Amino acid sequence: MWLRRVGAMALTLLVTSFLVFSSLYLAPGDPVAFLVKGRSPSPDQLAAIRHEYGFDKPFPVRYWDWLTGMLHGDFGQSYQLHASVASVIGSRLPSTLLLVGLSTVLIVVFGVGLGIFGALRKGKGVVVLVTVGAAVPSFTAAIVLRSVFGVRLGWFPTVGTGSGFGDELHHMVLPAVALTITFMALVTRVTRASMLEELGREHVEVVTSRGLSRSTVIRRHVLRNALGPVVTVSGLLISGLLVSTAIVESAFGMNGVGSLLVTSVDHMDFPVVQAIVLLVVATFVVVNTVVDLVYPLIDPRVRAA
Amino acid sequence: MNTLLDIKGLTVAMAGLGRPILDEVSLAVHDGEAVALVGESGSGKSVTARTALGLFPGGATVSGSVVVGGTEVVAAGPGDLRRVRTSVASMIFQDPRAGVNPVRRIGDFLTEPLRRIQGRSKAEATAQALELLGAVGMPDPPRHLRQFPHELSGGMLQRVMIAYALTADPRLLLCDEPTTALDVTTQAEIMAILGRLRRDRGLGILLITHDLDLAASVCDRVYVMYAGRIMEAAPSAALTSVPRHPYTRGLLGSAPPLTGPMPRLAPIPGAPLGLAEAVSGCPFAARCAHVVPGLCDATTPTLERHGDSQVACLRAAELIDETQGEGLR
Amino acid sequence: MSTATVSHPRLQSRLGGWAARLGRLTWPVRICAVLLVLVGLGAVFAPWLEPYDPTDGDLSNTLVAMSGAHWLGTDAGGHDTFSQLLAGGRTSLLGPLGVVLFSTVFGALVGLFSAWRGGWVDALIGRVLDVMFAFPSLLLAILAVALFGKGLGAPVVAMAIAYMPYTARLVRSLTAQEKTRPYIAAYRVQGHSPAFIALRRLLPAVGPTILAQSTVNFGYALLDLAALSFLGLGVQPPTPDWGAMINQSQAAVLEGQPLSAVLPAVLVVVVVVAVTVIGEHFGDRLAGREAKA
Repeated sequence: MWLRRVGAMALTLLVTSFLVFSSLYLAPGDPVAFLVKGRSPSPDQLAAIRHEYGFDKPFPVRYWDWLTGMLHGDFGQSYQLHASVASVIGSRLPSTLLLVGLSTVLIVVFGVGLGIFGALRKGKGVVVLVTVGAAVPSFTAAIVLRSVFGVRLGWFPTVGTGSGFGDELHHMVLPAVALTITFMALVTRVTRASMLEELGREHVEVVTSRGLSRSTVIRRHVLRNALGPVVTVSGLLISGLLVSTAIVESAFGMNGVGSLLVTSVDHMDFPVVQAIVLLVVATFVVVNTVVDLVYPLIDPRVRAA
Repeated sequence: MNTLLDIKGLTVAMAGLGRPILDEVSLAVHDGEAVALVGESGSGKSVTARTALGLFPGGATVSGSVVVGGTEVVAAGPGDLRRVRTSVASMIFQDPRAGVNPVRRIGDFLTEPLRRIQGRSKAEATAQALELLGAVGMPDPPRHLRQFPHELSGGMLQRVMIAYALTADPRLLLCDEPTTALDVTTQAEIMAILGRLRRDRGLGILLITHDLDLAASVCDRVYVMYAGRIMEAAPSAALTSVPRHPYTRGLLGSAPPLTGPMPRLAPIPGAPLGLAEAVSGCPFAARCAHVVPGLCDATTPTLERHGDSQVACLRAAELIDETQGEGLR
Repeated sequence: MSTATVSHPRLQSRLGGWAARLGRLTWPVRICAVLLVLVGLGAVFAPWLEPYDPTDGDLSNTLVAMSGAHWLGTDAGGHDTFSQLLAGGRTSLLGPLGVVLFSTVFGALVGLFSAWRGGWVDALIGRVLDVMFAFPSLLLAILAVALFGKGLGAPVVAMAIAYMPYTARLVRSLTAQEKTRPYIAAYRVQGHSPAFIALRRLLPAVGPTILAQSTVNFGYALLDLAALSFLGLGVQPPTPDWGAMINQSQAAVLEGQPLSAVLPAVLVVVVVVAVTVIGEHFGDRLAGREAKA
């Protein structure tokens, strides 16, 4: 089963990479003209692009070269930044990873925490919070956070990435919170619903009637059993989280992969756009395969099926 | 004789319902005694059993008294409830498939209360779990400890549930339709295990079932329940030889005709009373062949002693006289 | 089984009656419905309601506070915020509407076909949908902008494609369940064609659930498109749009003049909350009805 899942993952990655590669040919007009649109390349540069993309070779060969190139870390050249795509992305990756990592911690801790709280409390407060939270776009959150905690109170910097780990983290707080809100609301909702469903199950009544303390019952029998949907949904949210870094990084003027995606679209730097799209999609596929593989540990019934 | 479970005048009601879920229920189980509580679904028999562990329906108002092993459970604090649940009474549920946490191993399920409540070490708890699995007739206890619930059959899981109930070393075992979800051969095995445990450990048993024949063959005394009320309470022998309440006779499938020819083994006409329906007088009046308009739907019968039995029927005395010579069953 | 006992879900839902349904609405749902109607009317009648030309910036009147002349003030470019909100509603609501219409129609057809045919067709479509799930809607929209240029058209089509699998999978599972119910078998026995049963009988039966899901999707699509405009990749100025308004007012926010950014942001949140509450209300009710049946 392990092998089958990984095989399916490889196949999905192959298909998605093909889609991303061939998307270039969806653009209207000649691909070469599209790639250099908005620039006035010298004949030498044009020839270099033709050679790099192998427009002289048949389509399958071009795809194969592109694919094997990427597997070796060669994502092509950025036209705008006059550097290899790999180095451009690589230099911005740490900042984005820190942002995503920080936000993930916040999402999991507060999302699951609020979900548990909402399931154990009778009131509707958490439901209202979740409905509104899921509707607050990260750019709105960014603006509010900047104007309140950045401008009015001056607690956090409102712009930039910072230098040195401590300073970087300080710069990262508001963006991470802005990125967190929507996804936290979704995780809270799933956790609450899943907990409520488990709370009503007979096996919970059984252990309660045996005299186990409420906290033990909640922790070991309700929360533990409710984890399945939470993990599944969290896995599905990862791609949205990665794309949302584009919004947050742009709003806070940060130098990350997300803002790179936006400026690359703006400057028609297609190789960079293609590489980032592929990275996001590949991350989604890999993460969800891992979730699939880990799932039997959460719910042993799946192992039998 | 020591009384393990003593329910007196227990009424459980919820707003928005037509009648109370339980209405003035009184019931007792003594040390080492097997008592059955019989009724159709919705009669309140499961609710009654659960009250012995302080499990009341959410939002219900409760009055009356439930004393378990000397502890009053109605309005009890967490400490008293915990004492009852962890050392006096345990429960076996109807559907073992739903009753065992599906994501934990059998060993984890069984040792959890031993370690967390009884305070055993891991090794002690495991040893005791193995012993209990053997006591309920599991073929290969060490292997079962490592198994997940979905790897066991329903009958095997019910044995696990019994073993789980025994981890409390209880004096009272509440069995809520323990065989309903199982096939017929397994039912007999489970009942045999319960019978053996009762003998070996001197357990008091409250058996909840809809099967009056089973109840009478296994238990010392039987309570018959209908629409949240006890209709008849009698020693098993007396109940089957001289069922006094029309409802009991209906359950036995032997309601003899009073006048004229009627087919034997007639089912009880009509359907059990829903929770939304209001009652005036005898709750069984609407389905009773012997109903007297103006009497049965006006006055609520209480349990009265007739011979060995206690019967809640306004016409109990005359009905017994009328049916005496007819040779029941 | 006698045909007399076969109940027809659509008939039941029609018999329910609109008046009776409105009576059962909770207060939050009613408030949300009223808000949505107001915003919708504002967008539809924007050209007649707006006091100023929303594309016309008056540079002598920038960042004006709320006043009689400018009810909700002006932005950094001197545009009347109230007029911009009204006009911006048109693009901000039409975009997600297009996404939801496309994705619902195609998703429903794909899901219906997949479940109805079953077998390898079903399996293949399932794999294709799995691949499509890997492309988040906003990313696909950004890729579309990179390929076809900025504006509303390409992102709407791209997002319709990205949302399609959600509807398709929902319809697929609903259809697979519904297919096994007796009334479908009854139609088969009566000799109706599969296409007729699928489109005229089965689809209406699962329709309300799809609609509830699409209502919720509308909110998500609105958020995505507003984000795209915020990034400067969607609707281009001077065409008014809520996301673009927020983008252009960012500098004003940092100067302590947040009104022209906060108002469109509030509108976005209000519309999305309203749509979610209504969609989930009907979704829950339908789920409840299924559970009872």
